[in-house]
Amino acid sequence: MALSGSFLLIFLLQHLIINLLSVVSPDAFNDTSHFMGTNPLIQFFMQPLLIFGVVIHLIMGMIIEQKNRKARPINYAFNNAKANSSWMSRNMIISGIMIMLFLGLHFYDFWIPEIKTKFIDGDLSGKLNGEDSYRYFTELQHKFGSPVRLGVYCLAFIFLALHLLHGFQSSFQSVGLKNRKYAPTIQKLGNIYAVVIPLGFIFIAIFHFINSSH
Amino acid sequence: MSAAKTLNLTLKVWRQKNGNAKGKLENYPLNDISPDSSFLEMLDILNNGLIEKGESPVSFDHDCREGICGSCSLYINGEPHGPARLVTTCQLHMRSFKDGETIYIEPFRAKAFPVVKDLIVDRSAFDRIQHAGGYISVNTSGNTQDANSIPIEKENADEAFYSAACIGCGACVAACKNASASLFVSAKVSQYALLPQGQVEAKDRVLNMVKQAEKEGFGPCSNTGACEVECPKGISIENIARMNREFLSASISK
Repeated sequence: MALSGSFLLIFLLQHLIINLLSVVSPDAFNDTSHFMGTNPLIQFFMQPLLIFGVVIHLIMGMIIEQKNRKARPINYAFNNAKANSSWMSRNMIISGIMIMLFLGLHFYDFWIPEIKTKFIDGDLSGKLNGEDSYRYFTELQHKFGSPVRLGVYCLAFIFLALHLLHGFQSSFQSVGLKNRKYAPTIQKLGNIYAVVIPLGFIFIAIFHFINSSH
Repeated sequence: MSAAKTLNLTLKVWRQKNGNAKGKLENYPLNDISPDSSFLEMLDILNNGLIEKGESPVSFDHDCREGICGSCSLYINGEPHGPARLVTTCQLHMRSFKDGETIYIEPFRAKAFPVVKDLIVDRSAFDRIQHAGGYISVNTSGNTQDANSIPIEKENADEAFYSAACIGCGACVAACKNASASLFVSAKVSQYALLPQGQVEAKDRVLNMVKQAEKEGFGPCSNTGACEVECPKGISIENIARMNREFLSASISK
C-alpha cells in the first residue's frame, strides 16, 4: 500500500510539472506531450507500471478495508472518533473511491481518445488534420472549456488533497522511515505536498477554462 | 468549605449475559454521585443498588485500581478509558463529567476481544502474541548476569523503558477504527529491539508476533494515530514505525 502510494506520489509531481508547461508555454507542453506519448520506454514500460501501481493501490485498499471491517464485527453505539484522529485518516477509502471515480472520467477524457488515435486509427503524428502544430494543447484547452468538467475536476482535486494529507506521512510510517527526529519534517512536507499538488492542478484547470473559447 | 455538588447521571450500559447471548444497552439513572469518586467507584455504587433490588450487577474488569495492571477497560462516551488523557478507567474521576450527562459505557469492541459478560472482554489474544515472541531466552538457573554489567546507551535505555510502560490494556485496539493491535505489538517488539539482550531473537520475535496478531484477527494498521492519543501510558506510534522497520528487515533477511 505504502510502496504503491509512494510511487503514485512521485507520478503526481511529474504530471503536475508537465501540466504546468501548458500554462507557461503551449509549444513546450506540446513537445513534451508528444515525447511522453510516443517514447517506447514511457509508453510500454512506465505507463503499464503506472496502471499496475494504481490497480495494486486500489486492490490493496479494498483488501485492507475488508480486513478492517472483519476485525470489528460489532460497532460501538457511541464512538467519538474525532477526539483521537483526523477525518482524512479514517476515511481514506472514501477519498480513494472518489479519486478512482475521477480517474474514470480522466481516462475517458484523455487516455482512451489518445489510445484510439494512436493505436486504433494508427495516427502517431500527434498533429491535427491538415495542421502543422501538435494537437495536445488544443485538446487540453477544449476539455477544460466545460464548467461542469471544471467543477468535477476541482472537486476531485479536493479529495486528492484530503487523501494526501494522511497518505503522504502514512507511507513513511508504514515503511518504518518515520522517527522522532524526522517525523515533524515529514508531517510538514506532507502537508505542503497535499496542498500544493492539488492546488497546482486546480490552477491549471481554471487557467484553461478562463482562456478557452467557451 | 462547602461540599462539591453531586452529579445526577443517566448511564447507558452494555448488558450481555454471555459470549453467545445478544447484548443491548440498558438505561440506569444514578443520582448523588460525588465528583471526587472514581469511575469504577461510581460503577460500584450502581452495582450496590442493583444488588439491593435483586438485579444482576454489571460485570466489569478491574484489579489494582492504581492505573498499572491493565485490567480495567471500558469504552466510555466513545473513547477507551473515557475522555481524560493518559489515565486508565480506574483513574478517571467523575469530575470529568457534567451534572445531568448521559454516559455510554460499552466493552472494548474487536473480533479478537470477544465479550465474556457485560463489559468484560477476553483479552487473552494479547497473551498469545506475547508467547509468540515477547520475551528473551535467558537461563535463570542461578548464574544470570547482572543487567547493569552490559553498557546501554542512555537514549536507548529510556526508549526501551517507555515502550515497556505498555500495560497491555487494549485501549489501542479499542480506539483503532481497524481494531489493530499494532501499538501493543510494536511496544513489546521495541522494548527488546532497543536493548542488546533482545538482539539475538529480534528477527523471529517481530515476525512471529506480527503473524500471531494477524492470526488473532486484529486489523491492519492504517496510521490514524488514535491509539497513541488514547493510550493511558502515552506509548508513541514511533514504536509502530520501528516495528515496521524491524519487520521489513527481518522479512528480507530471514
